[in-house]
Amino acid sequence: MVYEGSAVSISGLVVRRGGMAALDNVTTSIPPGTVTGLIGPSGCGKTTLMRSIVGTQRIVGGTVTVFGKPAGHSSLRTRVAYTTQAPSAYRELTVREDLEYFRAIVRAPSTRVDEILDRLGLSSLAGKPCGNLSGGQLHRVSLAAALLGEPELLVLDEPTVGLDPVLRGQLWKMFHEMAGIGTTMVISSHVMDEAEHCGNLVLLRDGQLLAAGPPQDLKGKTGAETVEEAFLTLVGSSGESR
Amino acid sequence: MISKAAWATALRVLHQVQHDRRTVALILLVPMVLLIPWVFDDHPEVFDRVGLPLVGVFPLVSMFLVTSITMLRERVSGTLERLMTLPMSKLDLLIGYALAFGSLATVQATLVALVGFVFLDLEAEGPKALVVGLAVLNALLGMSLGLFVSAFARTEFEAVQFMPALLIPQFLLSGVMIPRDQMATALEYASLALPMRYGLDAMERVRDRSDFQWELALDAGVVGAVTLGLLALAALTMRRRTT
Repeated sequence: MVYEGSAVSISGLVVRRGGMAALDNVTTSIPPGTVTGLIGPSGCGKTTLMRSIVGTQRIVGGTVTVFGKPAGHSSLRTRVAYTTQAPSAYRELTVREDLEYFRAIVRAPSTRVDEILDRLGLSSLAGKPCGNLSGGQLHRVSLAAALLGEPELLVLDEPTVGLDPVLRGQLWKMFHEMAGIGTTMVISSHVMDEAEHCGNLVLLRDGQLLAAGPPQDLKGKTGAETVEEAFLTLVGSSGESR
Repeated sequence: MISKAAWATALRVLHQVQHDRRTVALILLVPMVLLIPWVFDDHPEVFDRVGLPLVGVFPLVSMFLVTSITMLRERVSGTLERLMTLPMSKLDLLIGYALAFGSLATVQATLVALVGFVFLDLEAEGPKALVVGLAVLNALLGMSLGLFVSAFARTEFEAVQFMPALLIPQFLLSGVMIPRDQMATALEYASLALPMRYGLDAMERVRDRSDFQWELALDAGVVGAVTLGLLALAALTMRRRTT
């Protein structure tokens, strides 16, 4: 189903964690069928924003709407998939058993596990216990579980951290292919280089929205050569206006 | 009606346990081994008295431990958070756990009862199947208690500490080791509030009489009700939205 308008719209979102504002009045939207990068330094609220989009975050104010429904609505659970920053998998299970379980929960066809294993280069690891995998391998298993149900919105929290550059390149290629067939991808990173891969950006700092839009627009607006430079320029100007 | 998600969860939990061979061996063998020394006791009447209640204690304790650790890992590893974003209800998850640990407890209780009845001259006036059934009911009580307390532990180390805190006092006051009429009155009343007492009382009733007893049905009912209550509380500790 192609959704007209924004895949995600966020309006006046406020989240408090431990007495501090983790997100402070964030308003933005995410166009469907794009790779949107959620970029900002560690601790800026990326994970909180992602959790708000998938509906696992308790919010204090504002609204988050996904495909026209309030975030976390039960009808969205088959349409939205999420991977946490720390890979989540059952360490005692083999890679195949882990994925078979999540496949059953999202009610995907039984051929789907092999398809995804192949796509993520995990076929040779299928019989290994998840607990014996390297960090990068476990990250891929966690990502694989999110892909099983062919979600329309995929929210990935730092999926490429700690991966070797070849694999990272392959994953970004896959993200763009998925966006090409209409999947909305929201991917967080604290590595500014990765922002250059994205069709759309949401820049966050200290729980506040710094800017949002396609990278070339942000660079054009700030006269910067790279997203990193644009980020720094934006931080400078927001600091002056405060 | 048990959903596909609940069946899948049961299968997954059993796979998790099955990969840990030592745990499986401990669950199945330890109760049998612990029954044997009683046979060599100089007072066989002691084993005649405590043997059957012990058959009910083992499943309760081991399912409490295995469940609390499994659920704690689920909470800590992020898989619970992931499940909460998927098309699955908390009831599916709880039923899946109950199916998995209930079947594991059935195997455990059958084995220990078998060894008791066949080799150790354990005796029960009532039906032997009822002994196994009550042991499984006790196991489900242990499981629901484990699910609930897993919310209050941050590490496996902490989770294990709940056993001496919650189970040992219940066992001591249950009347198995020291008859309740020999206890201080306050302790005797305190035991009324402890669910393990009812499970073990039921075991004593099957041991002593073969006819239908309302008291036994009532004891089993209390254990069942407390189990369901604890499951409801456990469900409350699993939140789709967290701070």
